[in-house]
Amino acid sequence: MGEHTNTRHLTCIRCPRGCQLTVELADDGSIAAVSGNSCKRGETYAIAEVTSPVRTVTTTVAVEGSAERKLVSVKTVPEVPKAAVLDVMAEAMTVVARAPVRIGDVLRKDIAGTGSDLVATKAAR
Amino acid sequence: MADSSYDVIVIGAGVSGCAVARELSRLEVDACVVEREEDVCCGTSKANSAIVHAGFDARTGSAMARLNVAGARMMPGLCEELGVDFKQVGSLVVCTSEESRPGLRELLDRGAANGVEGLRIIERAELLELEPNVSDEAVAALWAPTAGIVNPFQLTVALAECACVNGVEFRFNEKVEDIRRAPEGRWAVRTDKGVLEARVVVNAAGVYADELHNMVAAPEDRMDIVPRRGQYYVLDTAADGYVRHTVFALPTKLGKGVLVTPTTAGNVLVGPTAEDIADKEGVDTTAEGIAEVRAKSAVTMKDVPFQHCVRTFSGLRAHRAGHDFVIGEVDGAPGFVDCAAIESPGLSSAPAIGKTVADIVSSLLVHPAKKPYWQGSRKRIPDVEHMSLDEWAALIQRRPDYGRVVCRCRHVTEGQIVDAVRAPLGARSLDAVKRRTEAGMGRCQAGFCTPKVMEILEREVAGLTMAGVTKMGSGSEVVVGHTRQVGRGEAQ
Amino acid sequence: MSVDYDVVVIGGGPAGLSAAAAARANGAGRVLVIERDDELGGILNQCIHNGFGLITFKEGLTGPEYAARYEELARQAGVEFKLGAMVVDVSAGRVVTCVSGEHGMERLSAGAVVLAMGCRERPAGALAVPGFRPAGVYTAGTAQRLVNIEGLMPGREVVILGSGDIGLIMARRMTLEGAHVACVAELMPYSGGLKRNIVQCLEDFGIPLLLSHTVTRIEGEKRVEAVTLSEVDGRGRPVPGTEVTYPCDTLLLSVGLLPENELSRAAGVELSGVTRGPVVDESLETSVPGVFACGNVLHVHDLVDYVTQEASIAGERAARFAKGEEAEHARRVGIVGTGGVRYTVPQSVDPGRMPEKLTVRFRVSGVYENRAVEVRAGEKRLVRKRRPILVPGEMEEFVLRRDDLEACGDVPEIVVSLEEA
Repeated sequence: MGEHTNTRHLTCIRCPRGCQLTVELADDGSIAAVSGNSCKRGETYAIAEVTSPVRTVTTTVAVEGSAERKLVSVKTVPEVPKAAVLDVMAEAMTVVARAPVRIGDVLRKDIAGTGSDLVATKAAR
Repeated sequence: MADSSYDVIVIGAGVSGCAVARELSRLEVDACVVEREEDVCCGTSKANSAIVHAGFDARTGSAMARLNVAGARMMPGLCEELGVDFKQVGSLVVCTSEESRPGLRELLDRGAANGVEGLRIIERAELLELEPNVSDEAVAALWAPTAGIVNPFQLTVALAECACVNGVEFRFNEKVEDIRRAPEGRWAVRTDKGVLEARVVVNAAGVYADELHNMVAAPEDRMDIVPRRGQYYVLDTAADGYVRHTVFALPTKLGKGVLVTPTTAGNVLVGPTAEDIADKEGVDTTAEGIAEVRAKSAVTMKDVPFQHCVRTFSGLRAHRAGHDFVIGEVDGAPGFVDCAAIESPGLSSAPAIGKTVADIVSSLLVHPAKKPYWQGSRKRIPDVEHMSLDEWAALIQRRPDYGRVVCRCRHVTEGQIVDAVRAPLGARSLDAVKRRTEAGMGRCQAGFCTPKVMEILEREVAGLTMAGVTKMGSGSEVVVGHTRQVGRGEAQ
Repeated sequence: MSVDYDVVVIGGGPAGLSAAAAARANGAGRVLVIERDDELGGILNQCIHNGFGLITFKEGLTGPEYAARYEELARQAGVEFKLGAMVVDVSAGRVVTCVSGEHGMERLSAGAVVLAMGCRERPAGALAVPGFRPAGVYTAGTAQRLVNIEGLMPGREVVILGSGDIGLIMARRMTLEGAHVACVAELMPYSGGLKRNIVQCLEDFGIPLLLSHTVTRIEGEKRVEAVTLSEVDGRGRPVPGTEVTYPCDTLLLSVGLLPENELSRAAGVELSGVTRGPVVDESLETSVPGVFACGNVLHVHDLVDYVTQEASIAGERAARFAKGEEAEHARRVGIVGTGGVRYTVPQSVDPGRMPEKLTVRFRVSGVYENRAVEVRAGEKRLVRKRRPILVPGEMEEFVLRRDDLEACGDVPEIVVSLEEA
């Protein structure tokens, strides 16, 4: 997130305790140490979140030709890099699906160049 | 030149203006009602105690006393005729100390002098029978069997609909900016839409009535109306039965107290405060105000179930220092009739105010003929919540949309909402639908029904889209736009 | 006596669908789900975010996908559906009256009834927030429906009160749709939402979470123009002098969910003052024989996985009741929460009717670290389970074993408490 220090601070999301994690980065960007975690799961989370954070984007896209709904809900499969979330949203807003839509239909391949697909999570007849 | 010309213009579509309009609609006159809001019943009439006072409060001999007692007498028949919810539940003024007892006697005597029937002082034992949750401190009460509760939204809407059906024009979203003399003894009413002319102008503008009055009255005849704010709690129908009558506190040197009353819809209403404020739009609530209501309610009633609170609100009463209604032609302004300073008991008095003002207008217009045919009654929108299941079933047979429940808290169906939109002066906003059907007045406070009511408005009102639906007229749009460009597909 | 349906389920959300499928799977003949909306799935239809089903399906489904799986399950099981139909009455004799545009009013007799009506949001009015009452004040769920189903944007500049999961989810959703969320205010000194949502819905977008804050004023006569937030003291009262005014056009509220039990009350079902849902036994049967309850109408859940698990038990027991195979209650042992345990569901257990293992769910009243959940029957300790942290927002559970309980003899009640670990 544009930090130029060699430590990162995170809140662990693996349990309600919400440990405040500190990740020390070596000069080459590799992880030197994780602290603040109460369990192994915290360390795993910290490493993943620092090295390659990903998110599932869920939103809606317009659907044409459906008598039952105006929108279908969608998600990115697989997750996209966290940094690409807003780009994915911007492109998803332009997608128009045509009924019928089934759950699992790919409505946009390789959305925003992430390599992930935008997949319907709701059917529309 | 005038854009439109009438015999009479009524300014203000509150309960007073609409009552006047309905009475005028009996006559062969060309009448209109000008209202700056998008609907009837948007000011004082929508935010009050919703009660019909018996009439023992006002000073004997005052217009207030006369019109209150007369209005209360007319109310049951009028509500029956117009299909408006009304219940003669009776009221109690509760006295909580022996030394205050003379106060009850005073009210009783004044009530008798005002012509109120059936007043009686009752002792604690009888009071407990009538009102089991009354305060442990209560020693006696004044029992007024002729007092009642009325649905002020329905009453105002029904009066207006009746006037409309009988030929009175309603001009909404039109604000009066100036009133001047016009040639031939007429008045020119300039609004933000144009100039309207009439022989007679009725000033029923609520908290703004002083501004209109002062446009035409002599400087020494200035009127000052102070918005007197009243804050209230509304408790959910889950609290229904907690209180059975309108319970007032006997005023003491410590103040006037608040009332606790059932409403016709089965809610409990607690309030109001009485704060003189400067802002005529100041219908906000304050932490101090609602705390005061809570504290004062305990004077007469115990364990008020505030955990069932679904809403708090404020209303403004059009208070004038003289504390009496101002009804009549303004000196030096022939044809300009005040119907002003209609503070409490304005709702109770409305039927009589309508009659009185219409009589004044009629004589100013040199007694126009009565219409040969006048439709005085009105069929109400069926209320499925309060009919038997068999009646409801029969209704769905005729109207399937009465089987589609939109507001789940109050069991308001699509049919009721459609009828509210299609009625004369039909609803165009969420609040207008709410006033006519109670959709959104329940315990979820429109959380579930808002999108559905928006859909029905879009379907029923030409040119209105969901994105354009308002809560209460222009500027109160429910949403700011669409998230996606494409709407419902055309292929079916 | 013949009935129209063996089991009638009121509500076609995840609880109703799961209960109905389970009822069929356990031998109920005709099973009907009555749903007031025009589609099945309930509130999940508008919960388009992911994270549902991690327990049931071991994957992070979106709400509509989770609902679709249960709809399919119920269809496969041969459940019948009545959509666009609102139940208006349930009699103690298990006659369910519903209205719809299509079929008018119908009175259906049922061998057993499962209540699965869900919950509603606590509205703004209930908070008595000082100020005006303009357009632009919505519960988070209403806003969620407007955005996700209707494609309408409630506002552009948003303040959210309440950091439960719906509030957090809507903070992200509004942000992704182009709104600016100024902050999320929370009355309590902690958030009731999942850590994952705090990080991924707020921190990811730099949205501040203001703990121990509440809304003390709403400005704007027609549409919201600003809201004022104040800090609150230890008892939740606003601290004068701490007011900060945020210009905005929208205030979203996520301030609590309330089980929707008007029908239950009318049917004479005993309700708990704590859960606001029916009081139930080990079969999830209410105080009215043959009337069962599950899902958010019973108590508000945090995870839908628990809803569908619980509902399948209600469906199974309803089927058994409808077939006349349920034993009479021999005795009822109360389950009582104390020492930080706010409530348990069920609230009683009959050792003679309980399965070999019974999952009891409960919630705690505050944030507790390093505690042990202790379950005692008389002198005997039945369960001791260490928990590094317990929070009010997350449902907890323990398992009661029939053998253990029977070994206790004739105990009047089971006590659940939090003890020092």
